[in-house]
This record gives sequence, C-alpha cells and structure tokens, in this order.
Amino acid sequence: MELYKLTIHEALDLLDRLEVSAVELTQALLDRIVDVDNKVKAYLTLTPEVALHEARQADELRLRKVKGALLGIPLAIKDVICLAGLPTTCGSRILESFVPPYDATAVARLRRAGAVFLGKTNTDEFAMGSSTENSAFFTTRNPWDLQRVPGGSSGGSAAAVCAGEALGALGTDTGGSVRQPAALCGIVGIKPTYGRVSRYGLVAFASSLDQVGPLAKDVRDCALLLNVIAGHDPSDSTSLDVDVPDYTQSLRLDLRGVRIGVVRECFGMGVQPGVASAVRQALQVLADLGAEIAEVSLPHTEYALPAYYLIAPAEASANLARYDGVKYGYAAPDAKDVWEAYRKTRQYGFGAEVKRRIMLGTYALSAGYYDAYYLKAQKVRTLIKQDLDEAFAKFDVLLSPTSPTVAFKIGERTVDPLQMYLSDVFTLSQNLAGICAISLPCGFADELPVGLQISGPPLGEEIVLRVAYAYEQATEWRTGKPPLDEKEN
Amino acid sequence: MALTREQVEHVADLAKLGLTEEEVEMYREQLSAILEYAAVLQRLDTEAIPPTATVLPLRNVLRMDEPGPSLSQEDALSNAPAATDGHFEVKPILE
Repeated sequence: MELYKLTIHEALDLLDRLEVSAVELTQALLDRIVDVDNKVKAYLTLTPEVALHEARQADELRLRKVKGALLGIPLAIKDVICLAGLPTTCGSRILESFVPPYDATAVARLRRAGAVFLGKTNTDEFAMGSSTENSAFFTTRNPWDLQRVPGGSSGGSAAAVCAGEALGALGTDTGGSVRQPAALCGIVGIKPTYGRVSRYGLVAFASSLDQVGPLAKDVRDCALLLNVIAGHDPSDSTSLDVDVPDYTQSLRLDLRGVRIGVVRECFGMGVQPGVASAVRQALQVLADLGAEIAEVSLPHTEYALPAYYLIAPAEASANLARYDGVKYGYAAPDAKDVWEAYRKTRQYGFGAEVKRRIMLGTYALSAGYYDAYYLKAQKVRTLIKQDLDEAFAKFDVLLSPTSPTVAFKIGERTVDPLQMYLSDVFTLSQNLAGICAISLPCGFADELPVGLQISGPPLGEEIVLRVAYAYEQATEWRTGKPPLDEKEN
Repeated sequence: MALTREQVEHVADLAKLGLTEEEVEMYREQLSAILEYAAVLQRLDTEAIPPTATVLPLRNVLRMDEPGPSLSQEDALSNAPAATDGHFEVKPILE
C-alpha cells in the first residue's frame, strides 16, 4: 500500500488502529515529495525535520490515548498563511525574508488537532492570479499535464494534494483561488462563508472577500478539515460568532427533496463544450439521487467580473500600502529620502500583476474616479448579492461549472491580463456575496479534470457538503489519479 | 477610456510605486483596456441601489479593554530591515 495515496479519513483509520504510525505516514509523504516535486514544484519551503518531529509527537500522544481530530495527518499550507518560524513569502520578493513570529489561527487550530506540517506551498504573488505564474519564484505544474498550470492562486496547495505530496492543504479564496485550482487539478476545495474561518495570520489581499479554505482528495476530508479550522476567533473581528456543526454529520447518500438551481448564465460565457457536457451529465446523476433540478437565472452574472476587478484591486491597493520597507520585508538600499525609499522598495519588491492591481485600485479610489468606478462596483455588488438572495429563496444550492475551461498551457494567458481574469468568471459572485461554495471533480475534457461548483447560502456549508458528497459517492471521478508516475511529461 | 501617461504617473505617485518608462506605457495600455471593459457597469441603473462594502451584518466589534499577551519587542522587531535601540529605523521625513 502506498501511504501517500490515502485520504485523510483513511489515514486516520489506520493510525487509530495503530497499523501505521504518523512517522511512517509522514516519511511516505516526504519520500513522495522527493520523487515528484522536482516536476510538480508545489512547495516553496519544505520542513522535513520539523514534520518528522511533529509526527513523532503525534505517535506518542496517540499511544497515550490523547485524541486529536487530525493527529498525525501531514498537511501543506499556502504561503500566504503564517506558520510561526517559517518563511511566509506570499510568492513575493518583498516578503522573501519574512518569518512570522506567530501562527495564523487556522494553522494554530490544525496544530492543536495534531496535524503535521510538511511545508509551505507556492501561490501567485499575494494570491493575485489564477495560475501560479505570478509567483516571484517559479510556476507550479499541473500533475495531470506538466505543461499546464495547476490553477491559482492556491495552485501549490492543489497540485500538492493532487500529486500525493500532502494529504490535505489550506488555501485561500478571494475570487476562486481555492475552487479554481481544485477544479483544474481534479480535487475538492471549499470556500467557506465569509467569516466562517478566522483570517488572523492570513496576509491580507482584499479584506471584504478573503477567506481561508481547505483542499483535499474528497468531500469527507474537506469536512474534517473545516471542522477544525472553522469558528469564531476574537483576533479576527470579521469572524462569525456562530457555532460550528460537525460537518461530517451532513454527509449523506441521498438528495431527496434537495432543490438544485442550475445557473443558466454559466453555460454561455466562453465555456468549453467538454466542460459544459461534464456538468450537464452531473445533473442527471443528481436527479437520480432524488434532487429536484430546475434552471435559475442570475441576471447580473456578467457584471461580477468587472465589479470584482475594481473592488478587489481597490482593497488590495489599501492593504498593500503597508509594504514600506520599515516594519518587515525588503527595503531598498541607498534611498535618499523616505519617498524614494517607498518607491524603490515597492518597485523592486512587487511583481507585474501586483503593481497592475495596485495601480488599478488606486485609480478606482482616487479623487474624481471614486464614484464612477469603486462606488459603482459596490452598488453592482449589491445587485449580484440580491440575485443570489432571490435564488436561495427557491433553491437549496446552485450549480455551475467551477471554471469555464480545463487547465490551460503555461504562458497561454500571461500576455493579456483580461484573459487570465476570465478564468474566475464563475467563482467571483460567491466572494462578492460572501456565500460558500465547493468545487469537486465531475469528469474529464481532453483528459483534463473538470470541476463542478456547488454554491450555498451564507453558512450553508452543510447542504453544500451533502450535495457534493452524494454526487461524489455516486461517481468514480475521485479515484482518478494523475499520470505522473506512468508517463514522462 | 484611454489613460494618458500623466494619469498613470499620477496614480503611481499616489501609490508610492516606482515605475520604469516601459512600465508606465505598459500599464497605460493595460489599465485603459481593463477600464474600458469595466465600463459595462455603466449600463446598469444603480441610482437607487445602496453600495455593499461588506456582506457582514457586523458594524463595530468591541471587546473589553483588558491587557493580554502580545508579541515581545524582540519578536515585533525581528523582521525589521533596520532597527536601533528597540525602534524601527526610518528615513527622515523632514529636512
């Protein structure tokens, strides 16, 4: 048995029966990383000694009958989330040497649950991108085809889970950055409701949109991870003070009485035929499970992209003002005064996409343009949210493709920023409205994974997980494995 | 909505972002294209629509003003590019 292929729940069963130790499991993952990460390039930082130390501790605790929801489970953390004592680069030169002295709350909760940390995964710089090509360090490869992107911005986390280099991972999702890479890598990723998971220790991108979410091989694993990381945190004033249910309790096999709305607008808008047909076939499976399926219109869908690409850069331009070369990060040497120090620090420290968004956001917020761009986008955000509120009055969940296309080739969309932004066209409304959504595999097009997106109302994680689980268990997509070992790419 | 080079330079100045000549031209073209795309929003009548800045019903979140553990001075300064006597070092802002 190859331990790296296990799901989290399978590994927990073996660990609890003492058939496998956390050290053996962690070593298997580390060996796998040595075997494939030179091709996949999912990790920015690896910490094998720390991981083995944590695994030994987990084994000792288990022998002493100490419980932990993830005791001995090796995970990867996206490099925009702080893990004490390890570099947190955000895929940026400006934070290349930054070592946070504290854990993010989501990481601290995983730690308390007994998780083992393998390392930090690659990301588009400051999570701005859809392919990891905006990382200042390198581009992560899609394990299904090494010439293609893994999606982004949590592409390192998605590729690591997909390639068997971690049993699960944390990502972040500001406009699809958990769901789109999950879709492109053929795994499961959930963006929780805004405020469901604390963002303390997450490096801020767009504060009204950012949310931490898990990526894993199946829906049950996502539920297990969400159980641990969700919940109120006094250190994040936007975290919701609402009890966290046991999400595994919502995993059921039938969908009788569940009302599913299929978003009509999501089948135009540049959707590849193979993607559309995989999603349509999923509808039949869901109907056979007892779900009531009907079409629904979200008339403002096409406005989500332009609204998002004003709001997110505006918030980013404010958040990234903190990179001034004083408190942490890169500082330009030899500046003659404070203004030149700022300009040179930021000129060298930020990459092209981050600069583009700072410029766009600053423009949209600047005197004379605020009403026409930023305020207008916020009003359109209200319309998008109203569409969803109305839809959720009639339906329990909404269904669409996660991304209009399968994984695209490296370099294919880097010339034209708008082309890259279109990767996120179906995953932006959920962040703008603050609702939850999951992506899970629903087939293949051109031998590449297709993602099915199931969106739920605020705090609707249980129904979203239920529908995803029933669908997953009725199909065989989750057993597909990337051809990393079989063929040389 | 085509931006001028002067507008791009003004925005870069607001953002305290140094740009090369080539970057000014690149962002002039790219931002113009993105803003032209974003102009579709003007088609919608939003006169009576309130803006959404956050989806949360929260407004001010208050807590008791009680001292608790925080980062040590050493930890807080551990990432500073330049620090002296327990302070961050900055360039002079006054002549």
